[in-house]
Amino acid sequence: MKLKKALCAALTAAMAVTAFAGCGSEPGPSSQEGAGDSAAGTEAGTEAAGDTAGGTIKIGGIGPLTGGAAVYGIAVKNGAELAVKEINEAGGINGAQVELNYQDDEHDAEKAVNAYNTLKDWGAQAVLGAVTSAPCVAVGGVAQEDNIFMLTPSGTAVDCVKYDNAFRVCFSDPMQGVESAKYIGEHGLAAKVAAIYDSSDVYSTGIYQAFAQEAENQNFEIVAAEAFTAESKSDFSVQLQKAKDAGAELVFLPFYYSEASLVLKQAAGMDYKPIFFGCDGMDGILAVQGFDAALADNLIFLSPFTPTSDDPAIQKFVTDYQEVYGETPNQFAADAYDGMYAIKAAMEDGSVTPDMSPSDICEAMKASMVNITMDGVTAKNLTWEASGEPSKEPMVVKIANGDYAVVDDDADTGSADTETGADEAAENVEGTETAAE
Amino acid sequence: MKKLNKTTRSNLITYGMVIAMFLIMQAMVSAGRISSLLQGLLVPLCAYIILAVSLNLTVGILGELSLGHAGFMCVGAFTSAFFSKCMAEALPVAGVRYLLALLIGAAAAGVCGILIGIPVLRLKGDYLAIVTLAFGEIIKNIVNILFIGKDENGFHFSTKDTFSLGMSIDGEVIVNGPQGITGTPKDSTFAIGMVLILITLFIVLNLIHSRSGRAIMAIRDNRIAAESIGINITKYKLMAFSVSAALAGVAGVIYAHNLATLTAQPKNFGYNMSIMILVFVVLGGIGNIRGSVIAAIVLTLLPELLRGLSDYRMLIYAVVLIAMMLFNWSPKAIAWREQYAAKFRRKKQKEV
Repeated sequence: MKLKKALCAALTAAMAVTAFAGCGSEPGPSSQEGAGDSAAGTEAGTEAAGDTAGGTIKIGGIGPLTGGAAVYGIAVKNGAELAVKEINEAGGINGAQVELNYQDDEHDAEKAVNAYNTLKDWGAQAVLGAVTSAPCVAVGGVAQEDNIFMLTPSGTAVDCVKYDNAFRVCFSDPMQGVESAKYIGEHGLAAKVAAIYDSSDVYSTGIYQAFAQEAENQNFEIVAAEAFTAESKSDFSVQLQKAKDAGAELVFLPFYYSEASLVLKQAAGMDYKPIFFGCDGMDGILAVQGFDAALADNLIFLSPFTPTSDDPAIQKFVTDYQEVYGETPNQFAADAYDGMYAIKAAMEDGSVTPDMSPSDICEAMKASMVNITMDGVTAKNLTWEASGEPSKEPMVVKIANGDYAVVDDDADTGSADTETGADEAAENVEGTETAAE
Repeated sequence: MKKLNKTTRSNLITYGMVIAMFLIMQAMVSAGRISSLLQGLLVPLCAYIILAVSLNLTVGILGELSLGHAGFMCVGAFTSAFFSKCMAEALPVAGVRYLLALLIGAAAAGVCGILIGIPVLRLKGDYLAIVTLAFGEIIKNIVNILFIGKDENGFHFSTKDTFSLGMSIDGEVIVNGPQGITGTPKDSTFAIGMVLILITLFIVLNLIHSRSGRAIMAIRDNRIAAESIGINITKYKLMAFSVSAALAGVAGVIYAHNLATLTAQPKNFGYNMSIMILVFVVLGGIGNIRGSVIAAIVLTLLPELLRGLSDYRMLIYAVVLIAMMLFNWSPKAIAWREQYAAKFRRKKQKEV
């Protein structure tokens, strides 16, 4: 017995020692908050910068790199890294190089807070994240206490930007729902509309609720609202049958493209051909493996970003991204890319220097975010309100001939799909004009 | 020291360990020698320790496999967060509100434990595991379709969407389906968590060494023999199971009052979490309460301390877990450890 106890004590001690040692070595000089922060900044600056006199600005990133939502987190990481590389090559922010540290949150609120604390220990002076909604709300709660600036590239839930230190690049859920309903109503796309949504998903229910609310003010009727959950997202025949029986001419699909590709396939299988309408999660549907692109013809969706756009800035971003990562960037990558440039713009506007404390930087950037106007890959003339919401117009994208085409009042982009249906395109063009007004 | 009997001494070591941990951590916090990461982990650690200890009561002492422990945690978390959010204005004193939230969370989870236990504890082994697994998933899915709002006319419930709650304009949505509850007051602190751990240990250790505890263990070891000497099987099984559920509810309360957002994802309240808690119990030793505490600490800290490895983190975590299981529990490893320890002891005796 005695021996067992001794062993037990020894093991406990060993464990405790390793635990503390691990923690002790990690924080280093930055563990003392307040006083330590500026010291950490300059210290890191002198050791990392080397050739530049300006030091290093440390920006933290939080997103899921493992687990089910990893696709989004990795896209954001890649987009942000690409932007950081470009910024550093162009001389950095106010002469200081930028360093990005991207931490995994496994799409879990608790892990996101751990990731945030890791970044704080590292000495992050601003945070680009979190990528998904629930972790973003959790990080927002703690970042607000520390007064650290955060800009989420893709946290769409309303509460993501609840505090005044938080801003976002993407559209909020309600905004997408309202815009979708308006677009359908104003263009007279359908009189009877069915909605299928993921009731276990924050993004999907958020959009659907706003959509249903706005539908009351529009001249169409929601004849069927069918839900599915994350556990049953492979068979949509029941939902589609109900929509078909209710005589819906348009089916609203506020969820991600992987499930939407199944919906389209199954609808084709049961010979149901309504207009399908999606939100920004639909972007990327043509890249789904084994998906017949012809099925997606005439699919309309709101998107902040289209990789096939003629815009030179977008073209440059897409080719650079493809060169480095070997795939076409999705909207998450684009949001992150714009987010990083927005941080740069706000830091330059607020003349942020690496030796400032995160709290001072936050104060400067909060004031600057509402001043800046930037042309990004997700929007032109992108500005922010003090509430944290971006102000930008959603683009309407229609798939034609197996390719994305922006439905725009710009004549040259509109011409791409005039061949497929002249009247339809004309109608859309007319519509967007009124919408834009 | 000789006067104390073996179990008392073992219990005192367990309490002492927790108190020592608390003092060390508290000293480090006040000296500012602690990283933000570790400081942020202190409260979740308390929740995980309580979860592991409470599950050990079901798995180790009652001898039944439960795979739905996260479900009870979920019940405790949501009921208490709902209460705290409603009462945030009416009860501005955080301490009183938190105490009530704890009682409500524990009671709600305990009642669920009893309700589930009545039919389920008639099953044995694999069947109980399957039913508890299903229970955990049901709870998670119910929470995901639940919408509750509050306005001047009282509470409104719906299982469809916030739209069909039919609230007046200034009404507030408290539970918003899959978006869960946001803005729960951050009442959990490390000190309260530590007190709760001590209370949990006190309840569990005293239960084990009481008359009831011996009856529960008798049922575990031989159900027929226990029944033949007049032990009320259902009563004692239900007792252990509902206490375990109520303690899991307490852990849920700690968890819910530590984060600004509470959603029922597979990650935090699904079977992944149930399995995770089971891993704490198995690694720490089934029936070994002190082991559960240590295993919960090690396995919660490990993935965070491995952050330096970035992409290989989860891989290394799994490998370390397998290695630890082998080292702790493979017969060869135990034999080797004992042999080595015996040698060590002989040496020590020679020196004496």
